[in-house]
Amino acid sequence: MRLTLRIWRQPGPSSTGRFETYPAPDVSPDMSFLEMLDVVNERLETSGQAPIAFDHDCREGICGSCSMMINGIPHGPARATTTCQLHMRRFRDGDTITIEPFRAAAFPVVRDLIVDRSALDRIIEAGGYVSVATGNAPEANAMPVPKGSAERAMDAAQCIGCGACVAACPNGSAMLFTAAKVTHLGMLPQGQPERDRRVLTMVERMDLEQFGGCTNFGECHEACPKEIPLSTIARLNHDFLKASLLAD
Amino acid sequence: MKLDARIPGGPLDKKWDLHRFEMKLVNPANKRKHTVIVVGSGLAGASAAASLGELGYRVECYCFQDSPRRAHSIAAQGGINAAKNYQNDGDSVDRLFYDTIKGGDFRAREANVYRLAQVSVNIIDQCVAQGVPFAREYGGLLANRSFGGAQVSRTFYARGQTGQQLLLGAYQALERQIAAGTVTMFPRTEMLDLVVVDGQARGIITRDLVSGAVETRLADAVVLATGGYGNVFYLSTNAKGCNVTATFRAWKRGAAFGNPCYTQIHPTCIPVSGDYQSKLTLMSESLRNDGRVWVPKAPRDPRTPGDIPEAERDYYLERKYPSYGNLSPRDIASRAAKEVCDEGRGVGETGLGVYLDFADAIRRLGEDTIRERYGNLFEMYERITGENPYRLPMRIFPAAHYTMGGLWVDYNLMSTVPGLFVLGEANFSDHGANRLGASALMQGLADGYFIIPYTLGDYLATARPAPVDPGHAEVRATEAAVRERVSGLLSVSGTRTVDDFHRALGKIMWQYCGMERNAEGLRRALEEIPALRREFSRDVRVVGTGEELNQSLERAGRVADFLEFAELMCRDALHREESCGGHFRTEHQTPDGEAQRDDERFAYVAAWEYAGEGRDPVLHREPLVFENVHLATRSYK
Repeated sequence: MRLTLRIWRQPGPSSTGRFETYPAPDVSPDMSFLEMLDVVNERLETSGQAPIAFDHDCREGICGSCSMMINGIPHGPARATTTCQLHMRRFRDGDTITIEPFRAAAFPVVRDLIVDRSALDRIIEAGGYVSVATGNAPEANAMPVPKGSAERAMDAAQCIGCGACVAACPNGSAMLFTAAKVTHLGMLPQGQPERDRRVLTMVERMDLEQFGGCTNFGECHEACPKEIPLSTIARLNHDFLKASLLAD
Repeated sequence: MKLDARIPGGPLDKKWDLHRFEMKLVNPANKRKHTVIVVGSGLAGASAAASLGELGYRVECYCFQDSPRRAHSIAAQGGINAAKNYQNDGDSVDRLFYDTIKGGDFRAREANVYRLAQVSVNIIDQCVAQGVPFAREYGGLLANRSFGGAQVSRTFYARGQTGQQLLLGAYQALERQIAAGTVTMFPRTEMLDLVVVDGQARGIITRDLVSGAVETRLADAVVLATGGYGNVFYLSTNAKGCNVTATFRAWKRGAAFGNPCYTQIHPTCIPVSGDYQSKLTLMSESLRNDGRVWVPKAPRDPRTPGDIPEAERDYYLERKYPSYGNLSPRDIASRAAKEVCDEGRGVGETGLGVYLDFADAIRRLGEDTIRERYGNLFEMYERITGENPYRLPMRIFPAAHYTMGGLWVDYNLMSTVPGLFVLGEANFSDHGANRLGASALMQGLADGYFIIPYTLGDYLATARPAPVDPGHAEVRATEAAVRERVSGLLSVSGTRTVDDFHRALGKIMWQYCGMERNAEGLRRALEEIPALRREFSRDVRVVGTGEELNQSLERAGRVADFLEFAELMCRDALHREESCGGHFRTEHQTPDGEAQRDDERFAYVAAWEYAGEGRDPVLHREPLVFENVHLATRSYK
């Protein structure tokens, strides 16, 4: 395959960025998207030009490092697929592909396609855990968890923290990310004692980090590589309302 | 260098209890006066940093990823072992201990492995309390599955994402401590050297991967939880960033390296498809619970799998190892796959693949059950290969996956440098010459949650490290050496990319120090590696500067260390004139092609000491004494 790439280049957070065009001849349909970029980068390096910086690590769709907009869609056109697992057979010979970093007020660009997503860590830091110090735990089977609850908790817990939901949202909201954690822990008996406090502190942090509000576009779910259900947001709203009323 | 494993006295099942009582404690008010550096934020690092923070130490945690949640433990799929015996199928601490010792081909230390089996049950309790959503039965109790090398069902799992869920549990505990102010997190920061002052580990030199700033970080103790070195093969199941730099640099500062040649080749990975391939993807061992491994009986059979009748298929694992069958341990299953491919019976375009077939299981259990058990793995397979494994058998082939070798540690997980502790895959301690499936997660969390919190306190209370002056000559010299290395890489201005060298190294290692090894090949590797290293220092091209985010520079430093470390691996593999676990020397096999150990000569840990630039490393031996198990020939037949 022969492709043309339009890639966002930006040397640093405070510099101005712009699109550069690169040819990508000899692309194999069996390559992953990142392997295609590797080939482009090796060619740039050989000719003494700075390679395109992008975050990546596990390359099997679970670490959540890769984060790019491909033709305007976070992680590109394949449903429930991270960029690292997107394969070039999804594109056609002769295509022009536009590649940009995730765009959101809360995700400043670090360099080229790399953005700073540490705001997501700070949302977890604000309450996305069960307060149980090492050694405090009771026998694991002492508290049965209905299979259905465990499965729904797991559906939400699969979030890889990539931030695609934020990049897809017209408001730049981190609602799906936050709701996934609120749902994961809220579905389990272990998460109940802190359930009210958790939702309040996490939402408060989300607002402080320049994420926008949720207005139910649902783009986040469409972009989510782990297909976190939109119902988690309903659940967050429910918990938030209840906790706010109880708090007053 | 003197190796003292400091194994406590007393009977095996009492050693840890007695030792815990004998260890000194740090007064709660004094804990916050101690700074502890933890490098790495995977299962071992995150659990250690969180637990030490909870105890009140001042912890600094470093990772090269942009968030601690992205450490490569996240990618572990299948599960975590624990001797809970919930299935009433005869499991016990003793049996998990024995399975692990035997699985490691009798090359691990009894006392460490026994302690691992003991604390395994506490890990499950801890993780459940954190809200890890393990799979459950309809009654609400925890479910188990089987893994290779065991005849009991003791593996706990969260679909095919067990590592992810356990890591998120540890990460959340870590974030809680960050909020509490006990842990300071340094993401996008890479350790490039260890600071040793007056013989004690007193800090690290880091590079900020965004600004490029090289800085010295001092502390009272350093904990390395930096994972394994499987990327020495270039293609492996490891994440792209996984590297040997932290442990290798610690080796050069005096920490002995234990059994570097013990590497694990995982039998079930998606086969290589082209030269551009950047990594190999694992298909969890748990698939072998229901999948059957086979190849055609006839070499180079051109038919599609569905057209090959039962009678013309060779279910070779079931045939050769009837009692364990498809659940034979990893080293054995990998070698068996290589053997049938060497006979020309491999499948797929390259002939380097075998089938993993779910047709029987789908007929027996229905597609829905299989989807519930392995749905995400099947989807991943289809995304990568474009084939539907519900209809066609998967094609799999072995790939480098895990390294049992690592820095040598004593019973307290302390290296030969006082104050330097090593946890998880980065140490050598528990898996001998082969690791059983679902035991890596167990070991990482055992080390971080339940061992280091005790043994680190004992060290600090005993050694009482005095404050160290940042201007100390050894501190400044170490920082200067790092700066020099970084600028050295940038100044070569050659013609070949870093990845090009890495691929070349990987080929040498896979060919001569991979699934099978022999003296002739290893000697050749020991000539080719230094030649490649010389070529690297003459002709590598690293674009850009050191004062910016520079991913080529990051990779260059890691590959430079792999180029040196590879030699140590081959040297260790050459000296070990026996076959054991993942280390298979073709000269040492039984008439039917199984590994032949030599307990008379090699029942020891090989701990290599760095002897200085241009000098051969020095071999030290820690004899392995087996007081509780009988050294048997490992058989899964």
